[in-house]
Amino acid sequence: MKRLAFGNTSLLFLLSALACLTVADIAVTALNPWGEMLRLLRGVLRPDFLSVEAWSVVWTVAFAVVGVAIGATAGLPLAILFPRFAGVRLAAVVLRSIHELFWALMLIQVFGLGPATGVLAIAIPYAGIFAKVFAEIIEEADLAAERVLPAGTTAVSAFAFARLPEVAGRFKTYTLYRLECGLRSTLVLGFIGLPTVGFHLEGYFKQGRYAEAAALLAVFYVLIGTRRLWARPTTVPILLVASLLLLPEAVGGGSALANLVRFITHDIVPAPLRGGDLGSLATWGAFAGWLQPIAWNQVLPGAWNTLVLAQIALVGMGTLALLLFPLVSRRFMGRVGQPAGRLLLVVMRSTPEYMLAYVLLQLLGPSMLPAILALTVHNGAIVGYLMGRHADALDYRADAPKGLNLYAYDTTPRLYGQFLAYNLYRWEIIVRESAIFGILGVATLGYHVDAAISELRFDVAVVLILATVAVCALIDILSRRLRKALRLSTLATRLADAPA
Amino acid sequence: MLTTVKRSILALAAMSALTAGYALAQQATLVFTAIPDEDETRLVERFTQYAKYFEGKLGVPVKYLPVKSYPAAVTAFTNNQVQFAWFGGLTGVQARLAVPGSQALAQGEEDQQFKSYFIAHVSTGLKLSQEFPKGIEGKTFTFGARASTSGRLFPEHFIRQAMGKDPEKVFARIGYSGDHSRTIQLVQSGAYQVGVLNHLVWEQEVKSGKVDTKAVSVIWETPTYPDYHWVARGDIDTSFGSGFMGRLQAAILAVDDPKLLAIFDRKRFIPANNDDYKVIEDVGKVTGLIN
Repeated sequence: MKRLAFGNTSLLFLLSALACLTVADIAVTALNPWGEMLRLLRGVLRPDFLSVEAWSVVWTVAFAVVGVAIGATAGLPLAILFPRFAGVRLAAVVLRSIHELFWALMLIQVFGLGPATGVLAIAIPYAGIFAKVFAEIIEEADLAAERVLPAGTTAVSAFAFARLPEVAGRFKTYTLYRLECGLRSTLVLGFIGLPTVGFHLEGYFKQGRYAEAAALLAVFYVLIGTRRLWARPTTVPILLVASLLLLPEAVGGGSALANLVRFITHDIVPAPLRGGDLGSLATWGAFAGWLQPIAWNQVLPGAWNTLVLAQIALVGMGTLALLLFPLVSRRFMGRVGQPAGRLLLVVMRSTPEYMLAYVLLQLLGPSMLPAILALTVHNGAIVGYLMGRHADALDYRADAPKGLNLYAYDTTPRLYGQFLAYNLYRWEIIVRESAIFGILGVATLGYHVDAAISELRFDVAVVLILATVAVCALIDILSRRLRKALRLSTLATRLADAPA
Repeated sequence: MLTTVKRSILALAAMSALTAGYALAQQATLVFTAIPDEDETRLVERFTQYAKYFEGKLGVPVKYLPVKSYPAAVTAFTNNQVQFAWFGGLTGVQARLAVPGSQALAQGEEDQQFKSYFIAHVSTGLKLSQEFPKGIEGKTFTFGARASTSGRLFPEHFIRQAMGKDPEKVFARIGYSGDHSRTIQLVQSGAYQVGVLNHLVWEQEVKSGKVDTKAVSVIWETPTYPDYHWVARGDIDTSFGSGFMGRLQAAILAVDDPKLLAIFDRKRFIPANNDDYKVIEDVGKVTGLIN
């Protein structure tokens, strides 16, 4: 067998995506979408900025800042334990494989619609992500200082004096970058009822009030686009205190403790086991009878659809990124063109995939296609942006070619390994995101989670969410192996690590 | 290291602030919600008028909690985040099953005899008929919200009765639009060929000129069934004083301001009790939506 190389790996992914396309449900069925699209266009051209609810913007920032801060704080000790305990690694995988939206749907059962749900829905999955990334940063750090420590230095001191100074800078950059993701996640939480920008955005979109929606989105783009200006190490304390003070207050009563007890001891306990005699075979027979149709009718087809959708979106993302990256490279676009390209890519990556998919649903009709395109655009813009930064960081010969020749014979081949590393890294992310598109009527795992929650069957929802965790973990392992086999393990995979 | 320490202290502060927020929220504010079944952009504005009305009648602070989905309304009720709510038939039953002792208090006059409209895109060639339109077989079809009574439960029941099989087997594709207004939008654009929704929302949107009746029209009216109603938690008297549930019911029944009634698109509210919704529980069990 031939060794895996960049070329045949790419071909393998391309072929698998083509195979998926033949079985995917991608029929175009909309008959007359243009009326709605015209209204959309008219709205986008005349954004109504007066309608923007200022508090929803404030709360979006506040939830993101507090959520990311708690996530980073909890992630750090986990990161230190990460290489030593398999249990910690497993916990981190579970925490981060569950989408924020699913976390929020579960947390609402305990904390209700309120600040605690919003903050924890960000903090919990982000703690898992921070644990992994901080652990990677620590592992990659230069250990020279540790070697000269006197014998008998405690682990804590060794970490604080020999390792932390090495890695603190990268922790900082990464945490601040993560705030951008936090803002996007917080927006999405609005779709299920938290009072962020997404709350109003979803309502406006549903009602076809596109002028209001466009204004709100524009404000959100500015928020993301200027993140480097307002979220700096020096402003973090102010941001944190202000966010804590400004978080919306909880509305309504109910005891979180009582809800938690009910949720754990009743709601998520599989229905046949509730109050059943756990020693009796009949109970477990009933349990098997309960589990089997869930596995057969929901988990398996849901996981299959999730993977098919993700595979096509992954290759779509790669293709789009290759096309887009020159737009954000100064070498290709020059001093004037590059900022314009940057703006375009900020807009592409900050538009929530869910919104994109909803517009495309009107345009193309219900199928996997809107979800595929939405994932492609969002993730393609992210990878394209990163590649563009790498393209400018390369050393070019004085007589380097220009234009298409530069692109095809110089930049792209030299960046190809980096390109594959990004793609493989985002594979798992795409799988996790495609799970939630079920809410649009694509029968991914998320579709069945949505159904289970509508029927208030949280026991079924938990089984399905655990299935998404398993699928994500599987892809994560596969991606890691591939990166190792392709000798890409040492390349940058995170946004915060791309050259400035 | 310092920033980390600072960060953990602030995180702790955050947690305690959140907990304190919860403790404060325990004081007796009466909170209610309503399922978001149509145009939700003005819900807060509209229901705040009801909060004021109830405050005047009941003498306790009243707040409205906006939610984004039907199950979120039920969850808020189950969690005691809200003490009473305007539910659809199915969500009301779900809520009462989750909180034993809860009571249906009142319904709109129209809710005793509620019905759904099946609507179709003009390109399907389907026309208004008296009988169940069997021609919808093989088309793409959208329900409303998954837990909607008029957008899902009864339509699904009638489809099963007429066609003798699951909706999944009747249609080429099934979607859940999320609410009644969106169902109209999706069928009107042709994204789905056929859909079903609450008859009041259809009539209201046609009246306000939001529907292109050349592109989409009603093809069948379902038989009637009971639907929307107000439900209160069984422990509302323990939290707000004995006899509170009765006072709340009286306050709802006494709504006579046309502006307030227009918010629900109802003529008036009439008393309701749990038995009125027995049929929903039965149909819910048959369709597998309720355990």
